[in-house]
Amino acid sequence: MNSTSTHFVPPRRVGIYEPLHQMGMWGDSFKSNITNGNMNTPSHIIIPNNQKLDNNLSEDTSHGTAGTPHMFDQEASTSRNPDKIQRRLAQNREAARKSRLRKKAYVQQLETSRLKLIQLEQELDRARQQGFYVGNGIDTNPLGFSETMNPGIAAFEMEYGHWVEEQNRQICELRTVLHGHVNDIELRMLVENAMKHYFELFKMKSTAAKADVFFVMSGMWKTSAERFFIWIGGFRPSDLLKVLLPHFDVLTDQQILDVCSLRQSCQQAEDALTQGMEKLQHTLADCVAAGQLGEGSYIPQVNSAMERLEALVSFVNQADHLRHETLQQMYRILTMRQAARGLLALGEYFQRLRALSSSWATRHREPT
Amino acid sequence: MDKVMRLASEKGVVIFSKSSCCLSYAVQVLFQDLGVNPKIHEIDKDPECREIEKALMRLGCSKPVPAVFIGGKLVGSTNEVMSMHLSSSLVPLVKPYLC
Repeated sequence: MNSTSTHFVPPRRVGIYEPLHQMGMWGDSFKSNITNGNMNTPSHIIIPNNQKLDNNLSEDTSHGTAGTPHMFDQEASTSRNPDKIQRRLAQNREAARKSRLRKKAYVQQLETSRLKLIQLEQELDRARQQGFYVGNGIDTNPLGFSETMNPGIAAFEMEYGHWVEEQNRQICELRTVLHGHVNDIELRMLVENAMKHYFELFKMKSTAAKADVFFVMSGMWKTSAERFFIWIGGFRPSDLLKVLLPHFDVLTDQQILDVCSLRQSCQQAEDALTQGMEKLQHTLADCVAAGQLGEGSYIPQVNSAMERLEALVSFVNQADHLRHETLQQMYRILTMRQAARGLLALGEYFQRLRALSSSWATRHREPT
Repeated sequence: MDKVMRLASEKGVVIFSKSSCCLSYAVQVLFQDLGVNPKIHEIDKDPECREIEKALMRLGCSKPVPAVFIGGKLVGSTNEVMSMHLSSSLVPLVKPYLC
């Protein structure tokens, strides 16, 4: 007869306030238990669809109204008919019993959901440690909708995944051809494809920066070790040169001069952008702190602050432009074969950083 | 615009900027690092700001600031300055104007 607790109910994303309406059936004491408990649960806690419960209710009551039961019949006509009283009392007992069973089933489902939530949180923590971007949007908005569901960023993350795959493939190819014999045409094609691949990334980042510049600046789309070295949303151009240069054993005098000149101008450009960023930080801080603090949480000159944030997009673009130009100049200075070796070295360097991130994330997991 | 060309020739290296523009500041820092003391015109402090902006855009700048003039001639914005510097063509241009 009683079937609620054994039926599978499909999980449904429910706003956090919905279950409380259903709770009204069981009185305020139960409701207050829920509110005093863990109210920090996220919106998409798996709460069972309560339709089954409603259907059973309509079976019980003879009032004909689907929905709220009346446990305590207040009709005055019972005083005239003792049989009616007995029947009413029996119905009430039955309704109360069914109600208790439903409550038990609901609580069991809540417990299961709670355990599932703890499990999900642990998975999230693990994923974050491994350096995957997992938004913190779960608890930022009381309505529970994640603010990080930015389609531009979601698209970028997917494209970046593909970019890394293609990068790995190109690195393999470069390694293979450099160990064997390769004709100049094929070598040029590989080198130019590798260069274009980096330039593609800068274009992707430019689009993503328009969607969410903070996301690009934070480097959340990279692995943790890569993120450690981040400078305005990417790698430092001067680091690029540091990684590449040891791999060229034989450089002509002109090449040596050109490389030294490039190193210096790259460093100067980097320093200039760094100082520009610092000024941006100072002026933004001044803007946010303007007026009386302690009077309210609004920014008096919010438009001014927003304008400063717009400038961040320009900085990210300029930094990528600098990376672009550095790669371009290296290509100009080096021979085709040297450029191929340099691109292989650079690619492998980033691969190693990514591998380091994984090793770091799993370092505590000793085999049992 | 005459005013722009006049201001642009006031010194060897002239940068049109705005007081709030941090990218213009970055360009200024770069020139200072090269040993040049550029003249900075903060156009937002100029009563004819809008006209100057329009004139700079008409000269070919995609953004009004920063706009860099060397020897009275328009070199470009941040992009152009950075590209020139990395290709070693900026230093020879500013050589006559070193402090």
